[in-house]
Amino acid sequence: MLVVRELTKVFGGVRAVDDLSFNVKSGTIHSIIGPNGAGKTTLINMITGIYKVTSGEIYLKKEGVSSGDDIEEIVHGKRENITNKPIHSLVHKGVCRTFQHLEICSSMSALENILLGFHRFLNKNFFLSCINSKKIKEDEKRYKDEALELLKLFGLEGIADKEAGSLPYGVLKKLEIIRALATKPRLILLDEPVAGLNPKETAEISSIIREVADSGISIILVEHDMKMVMQISDEITVVNFGKKIASGTPKEVANNEEVIKAYLGTKHER
Amino acid sequence: MNELFQLLLSGITVGFIYALVGMGFTVIYNSSGIINFSQGEFVMAGGMSAVFLLKYGTPFWLAFLLSIFITALLGLLLWKLIDLSKERSVISMIILTLGYSIALRGLASVVFDKELHTLPSFVGDGSFDIWGATLTYQAFLVIVVSVIIVILLYLFFKKTKTGKAMVATSDNIDSAKLMGIDIKKILMLNFTISAVIASVGGLLLAPITSTNYEVGVMLGLKGFSAAVIGGLSQPFGAVVGGLILGVLESLVAGYISSEYKDAVAFIALLGILFFMPGGIFSNLKAKRV
Amino acid sequence: MEKIKNIKDILFLTAILLILPLFFKNDFQYEIAILSILNAIICIGLNLLIGYAGQISLGHGAFAGLGAYISAILVGNYGVSAPLALLISLTFIAIFAFVISKPILKLEGHYLAMATLGVGVIIYIALNAESEITGGPDGMGVEIFKVFGYEFDTNIKWYVLVSVLLLISIIAIKNLINSPFGRVLRGIHDSTSAVSSVGADVSRYKSYVFVISVVIAALAGSLYGFFSGFISPSEASFNRSIELVVMVVFGGIGRIYGGLIGAVILTILPQFLTSFEDYQTLIYGVIIIFVMMFMPKGVVSLFDRRSSAGS
Repeated sequence: MLVVRELTKVFGGVRAVDDLSFNVKSGTIHSIIGPNGAGKTTLINMITGIYKVTSGEIYLKKEGVSSGDDIEEIVHGKRENITNKPIHSLVHKGVCRTFQHLEICSSMSALENILLGFHRFLNKNFFLSCINSKKIKEDEKRYKDEALELLKLFGLEGIADKEAGSLPYGVLKKLEIIRALATKPRLILLDEPVAGLNPKETAEISSIIREVADSGISIILVEHDMKMVMQISDEITVVNFGKKIASGTPKEVANNEEVIKAYLGTKHER
Repeated sequence: MNELFQLLLSGITVGFIYALVGMGFTVIYNSSGIINFSQGEFVMAGGMSAVFLLKYGTPFWLAFLLSIFITALLGLLLWKLIDLSKERSVISMIILTLGYSIALRGLASVVFDKELHTLPSFVGDGSFDIWGATLTYQAFLVIVVSVIIVILLYLFFKKTKTGKAMVATSDNIDSAKLMGIDIKKILMLNFTISAVIASVGGLLLAPITSTNYEVGVMLGLKGFSAAVIGGLSQPFGAVVGGLILGVLESLVAGYISSEYKDAVAFIALLGILFFMPGGIFSNLKAKRV
Repeated sequence: MEKIKNIKDILFLTAILLILPLFFKNDFQYEIAILSILNAIICIGLNLLIGYAGQISLGHGAFAGLGAYISAILVGNYGVSAPLALLISLTFIAIFAFVISKPILKLEGHYLAMATLGVGVIIYIALNAESEITGGPDGMGVEIFKVFGYEFDTNIKWYVLVSVLLLISIIAIKNLINSPFGRVLRGIHDSTSAVSSVGADVSRYKSYVFVISVVIAALAGSLYGFFSGFISPSEASFNRSIELVVMVVFGGIGRIYGGLIGAVILTILPQFLTSFEDYQTLIYGVIIIFVMMFMPKGVVSLFDRRSSAGS
C-alpha cells in the first residue's frame, strides 16, 4: 500500500529521520516503534505532508490497482508519488490520520465531528449551501444516518448530540478514529491512539484497530504501548535516532539484539 | 545633505516617542498576552493632563509628576478591569482595550476639551546647530530622556529582583507561579510601568507637536507598529522598531509625499507581518497554519 | 455555535420588519432603521469571519468604505449605471480581498488582527490622500440609486430594499452554517488540523470566507453611499472598523442573530445618548467595557436557555 524510500529529514544540524525505508502491505497493521525522540512523529508528519522531506520519496498504491505490493520495486503505473503532498489532498486518495494530541472540534457535537469526516463526499458549493438546495438536504440526511450507524458500531450512539468538548478523553480518542473511518480510507496513520488511556480503554481501541485492519484497511501505528503493539501488529519497524534498526514480525523484533539494546533502561512495559 | 540630516534628526526624535509607546505594548504583551489598544491614550493622558494642570497654575514639576501619576492610575484601572473580566479570550480583550481607549477619549473630551494644545518647551526655545541641521533643545531632551528610560528599564529587568521576576513571568507563567512569584503584582506593575512610560512620551512630545484628546489613536497604532517591527517578544525591540519607523516616516514625508507619511507605519507593519512576523530580530520561523 | 432548525425566527423577523414602519413618526426614524439594517448586513458577514471561522478583522470598515467610493465614483464620474457599478466595485474588491487574503490568513490571533488593521488604515489614508478622485477629507456626493430607471428616492423604497437583503442574508447564513461548508468553517475555528485531516484545504476556506465577508461589507457600504447621498473617508476609518467588530462581539460572536442584534442596538444607542451630548463617547466606551467584562459571549447569550450544541 505504502512504500517509504530513503526518507530523510534534517532540522538545522539534526537528522531527525535518517535514510528510512519501509513497506506497508495492504490490509496489515504496520507499527513504528522506538524510544522517545527517535523520530516517529517526524516520520508521520513527513508522510502526511506537514514537514517537507529533505530527501527521499513516498509512494502510495493507486486506487483500484490490483494487489502486488509485497515487491519493493516502484511500478510507476501502479503507484503514485505522494511526497510532500499536504494531508488534505491525501485524504481524497484514501489516506487519513489521527493525532497524538487530540484534534477534535470541541464546540461541535460528536455527530458533527463525524459528519466532518464525510467531508469529501459532500457538496461544498457555497451558493448551493446558502439556498439549502435539495441535493444538500438529501446529502445531510443520508450522511447523518451513516454517521449514526458508525457510532452505533462502536456503541457510542448515545453521545451523538453531546458537545464534543464535554466528552471524556477516552471517548474522544475513539471519536477521532471513527472520524478517520468516515473518510473511507485505504490507509490510516494512527499517532499514539492509546496514549493516556487505562488498560480497559486500551484493549477496546486495540480490538477496534484490529477489526479495521481485518476489513482491509491498512494501518500505520505509532505507539509506545509495547504490549499492544506486540499483540496486534503484523509487522514492526523499529526506529532509533531516526534510523531503522530492525524490522519484521513482532516475534523477530522482540528477539532482536539491537532493539533490546535501544530499549535497555527505558520502561517499555505498561 | 543638510536636508537629509535634518530629516534624520526629526525622525530619530519622533522615533524615540514611538519607541516609548512600543515598549509599553511589549511590556504588557509579554506578561499578559494582551495587546493594549488603549496604549496611545496613556500617551495622550500624559500630555493633556500636564496642559490642563499648568492652566490652573500648577508649578511645572508638580504638573509633570501628577500627569504621570494620573496616567499610572489609568493603567492600574485597566489592569483591574481585565482582572475582573469573566473571560480573557483574544477577541474579548481586544474589544475591551478598544472600549477603554474610546472611554478615555470620551473622558478626555469632557474633562479637558477638544481643542489643540501645546506645552511650552521644558528647556527653552533654543536649539543646537549640528552640521547645518537644527536640533531643538526639546528634541534633544526627548532623545536624552528616552535613552535614560530605556537604560533604566534594562537595568530594572536585569538587575532587580522584581524585574527578573517579570522576565520570568513572561517566559513561562506556570513556572513563575511555582516559584512563588505573585503574578497579580507583576501584572499590576507591568500595566503601571507601561502607562508611566507612555505618559512620559506624551509629556516629551507635547511641546513639539500639538496634543489633543484624539492624539492617542495614531500614536498608539504607530507605537504598536514599532513594537511589531522590533518583535513583540523582544522587550527592547520596540526601541529599534521605533527609530526605524521614525526615520522612515521622516524620509518619506520629506522626499516622497507628506500625505502618505502616516501610511509608512502600516506598510512597514504589513511587511514585517508577512515576511518576519517575529520582528526583525527573529529568525525566519514561518507560522505554520 | 447553534442551529435554529425551524423557520419561526425568519417569520418573526419578517413580521417585525413589516410592522416596524407603522411606528415611524418621522423620516429620521426611517433613516436609523435603514442604517441599522445596513450595519446588520455587514455584521452578518463579519460574524461569519470572526465568529464562525475564527479570524479577526479590524479593517472591515475600510472595505465597506472602499466599496462605497468605487461605486460612487463609477456612477458619478463615469456615468456607469448603478447596478453595473456595484458589480464592478464588488468584483474588484473580491479580487483585491482574495489577493491579500493569502498572506494575511497565514497569520493568527493578534497578528492577523494587526494585519487587517494595517490594510484598513492604508486604505483610509489613500482615500484621504487621493483627493482628486475621492474629494479627500471633505468627501464626495453620491448620485441617486437608479436600477433600470427605477429611482430609490424615498425612505420607504430603501427600507424595503434593505429589509429584503437582510432577510436574504439571514436565510443564507442559517443554511450555510448547517451545511457541509459551514461545518468546515466551524471546524476551522476549533481545530485547523482536524479540518485538514478530513480533506478540506483550510487556507482556501479561510480565503473564501474572508472574501465573502468583505464583499458583503462592500455591498452594504455602497448602498449606504447611495442612500445617504454622500460619503467621506470616515466611512473607512479605523473607528468605523472598530464599530463594526464591537457590534458583532456585543451582539454575540458565532451566533446567527448576534450581528443583527449588535448592529441594531449599537446603531440606535447613540441616538438615545445625544441628550448626554458630550458624554456620548465616554458612555459608549464604558458600555463596551462592561459588556466585554461581564457578557463576553454577547447580548444574545442573555436569551440562552441551557442547550447543548448540535441538533
